[in-house]
Amino acid sequence: MPTFVYMTRCDGCGYCVDICPSDIMHIDPTTRRAYNIEPSMCWECYSCVKACPHHAIDARGYADFAPLGHSVRVDRDEERGTIAWKIKFRDGREKEFLSPITTKPWGKHIPKLAEVSGPSKEMRDSQLLFNEPKYIRMDDGGLHTLESNGLKMKEGVYY
Amino acid sequence: MAHDTIVEDNIDVLVVGAGLGGTGAAFEARYWGQDKKIIIAEKANIDRSGAVAQGLYAINCYMGTRWGENNPEDHVRYARIDLMGMVREDLLFDMARHVDSAVHQFEEWGLPLMRNPKTGAYQREGRWQIMIHGESYKPIVAEAAKKSADKVYNRICVTHLLMDESKENRVAGAVGFNVRTGNYHVFKSKTVIVAAGGASMIFKPRSVGEGAGRVWYAPWSSGSAYGLLIQAGAKMTQMENRIVLARFKDGYGPVGAYFLHLKTYTQNGLGEEYESKWFPELQKMVGKEYLDPEASHRTHRPIPTCLRNHALINEVNAGRGPIHMVTMEAFQDPHLEEVGWENFLGMTVGQAVLWAATDVDPKNENPELTTSEPYVMGSHATGCGAWCSGPEDVSPPEYFWGYNRMTTVEGLFGAGDAVGGTPHAFSSGSFTEGRLAAKAACKYIDDGKAQGIRVSDKQIEDRKAEIFKPLEHYTVYRNEVVAGTVHPNILSPRQALDRLQKLMDEYCGGVTVSYMTNEKLLNIGMKKMKILEEDLDKLGAADLHELLRAWELKHRWLTSESVFQHTLFRKETRWPGYYYRGDVMKLDDENWHVLTVSRRDPKTGEYTMEKAPCYHLVGTDE
Repeated sequence: MPTFVYMTRCDGCGYCVDICPSDIMHIDPTTRRAYNIEPSMCWECYSCVKACPHHAIDARGYADFAPLGHSVRVDRDEERGTIAWKIKFRDGREKEFLSPITTKPWGKHIPKLAEVSGPSKEMRDSQLLFNEPKYIRMDDGGLHTLESNGLKMKEGVYY
Repeated sequence: MAHDTIVEDNIDVLVVGAGLGGTGAAFEARYWGQDKKIIIAEKANIDRSGAVAQGLYAINCYMGTRWGENNPEDHVRYARIDLMGMVREDLLFDMARHVDSAVHQFEEWGLPLMRNPKTGAYQREGRWQIMIHGESYKPIVAEAAKKSADKVYNRICVTHLLMDESKENRVAGAVGFNVRTGNYHVFKSKTVIVAAGGASMIFKPRSVGEGAGRVWYAPWSSGSAYGLLIQAGAKMTQMENRIVLARFKDGYGPVGAYFLHLKTYTQNGLGEEYESKWFPELQKMVGKEYLDPEASHRTHRPIPTCLRNHALINEVNAGRGPIHMVTMEAFQDPHLEEVGWENFLGMTVGQAVLWAATDVDPKNENPELTTSEPYVMGSHATGCGAWCSGPEDVSPPEYFWGYNRMTTVEGLFGAGDAVGGTPHAFSSGSFTEGRLAAKAACKYIDDGKAQGIRVSDKQIEDRKAEIFKPLEHYTVYRNEVVAGTVHPNILSPRQALDRLQKLMDEYCGGVTVSYMTNEKLLNIGMKKMKILEEDLDKLGAADLHELLRAWELKHRWLTSESVFQHTLFRKETRWPGYYYRGDVMKLDDENWHVLTVSRRDPKTGEYTMEKAPCYHLVGTDE
């Protein structure tokens, strides 16, 4: 369902232009508002719909297989950490869904690795990654190796 | 249009493409290189880029060793049988032994993972999949990458890698252009981690017109992982192993949660179970080692995805379509109904839109399934990509040359779709591969392997002229005609893409020929590919957006040529249901229980093909 933009709601802020993964939301030079310049490269990913502060962007199912008269609207609320969906069928039925999008305040619990204590030489010479081995099993267990798991690599047709 | 040259110098780790692989690489690189210069170059906006831009409703690769669920070697055996034996088991084992630590960090960062209320463990969708509320999966991992990187360059389309001129076959950085400003960007770097995407849209899609964008894999997955690596002369592997997906018709909504969690199942147009009746014939084609329904039933060994496709394709071709997903039973349970819808809203909104548009309520009717056009990628149920070194403590000598996830070009690493032979990595596994590549890249620098790199101004200026040529070509020739898109000397990126897709479809086993090809067809197709390559010199770009499409197309072309070469080389039908070599309709373990490896000479464009041994993980006493 390629996206389209309602003329009266768009103020040309460009949030959609900034976020679109496919580079297809552009500002129309005459109206100074956003529009989808290449619907056949639209994945209906809703990145622009979610980013629009005015709910000016909507999607209409692909013309080659989707009948008209439906809508899927979304409200993504970063502060509350939720996403709300409202589906309207062609025959008028409606469905609503609400899901969490995060369990923590944005970015607060992601470590800045420049500031953690760096790896020891022993750690560098091992196969371990940051936070390992602890985070593999959340206990004191070590990293799996061929030896620890009683395995070897053998060439040919062996299963 | 002026194209200023902007040079970012003295980079230690350059990450090209910031999807799940690239964000993992940038994040981890900071730990091993706290004083190193880490730069990300991303074609779109890191907050919503890559295959996970729209979100995910499941993490498909999680061992659960913490809950005593699986060991890494269990996952290797699963990926092995699903891919008919053709995987890099060293890389798979390595990914699987680390992947849980990535997932546990995601949870700590705020990604909502569902829990099983009875056991307290993560809610399983299937043996390897856990269920998440992943709408913001990408913004969350992007935040981690941004915290680690010195700088993120958004909207840079990287077109080529730079090569060292003091030592052959060593990488020196990358170049590209800003799709907004038109500036030319030069990144001089000691190491490069290519974490760009696999290839959608190289085969003609089932849909037409607007719907051409409703592809299974993202339309912005332009095969740049392969285009960049192939141009640099890196060896590639398993590029013949394209994937075909059985999905909900037209919307390509995912079926994993439906099969595994909702326990829906398929039937033909007559309401009959159809898969098993194709298995006896199929078993004669591939052998009992690969298809043994009784053993699968007994041991829960999966039936390979391609073979299940084979049954679907043949049932439809026998006139007993359409294939339906039986949802009417599961959807009577309101909780399961909610899961079914949220599954789409979380990762394939378009399927929800389509059902709304067509008044399909799966509670009241069973939706249709179909098989997609083929895709070339390396992180879902297939393993196309670069031939990379594995880890020292696992890999046999043929698979090891010093640094984990390093390609055959020195200092050039891969992650996610870029790495060959590692299917079933999915999002978490791709992130993990990025982490592994980052650690190895830092070690490569610390070992002094990146000293004395030299890049001449000539190399930089030559690439600049090459990159902007489609804009110039358009400007020079456009006034030759009055108006319109028909031109004797200009090919638009869209026109060239249509030509590529038609050619791949008809000669390389696309959907309109029921995934069939043979040596004759492949040879004709390869001739046409060469002529298309000549015509790509006449690609015209009216603006920077079209210049982006032009370079995406060139990467798709390079990917496609590689697919042709590999498909021709492997003289057997290894994956019925993904594609068929009509001239050799059998799996041939005697000659082809090997991985295919190619190299395209960057100077001449000539391909060389070789077989590499296939190693399997077995018990020490076997």
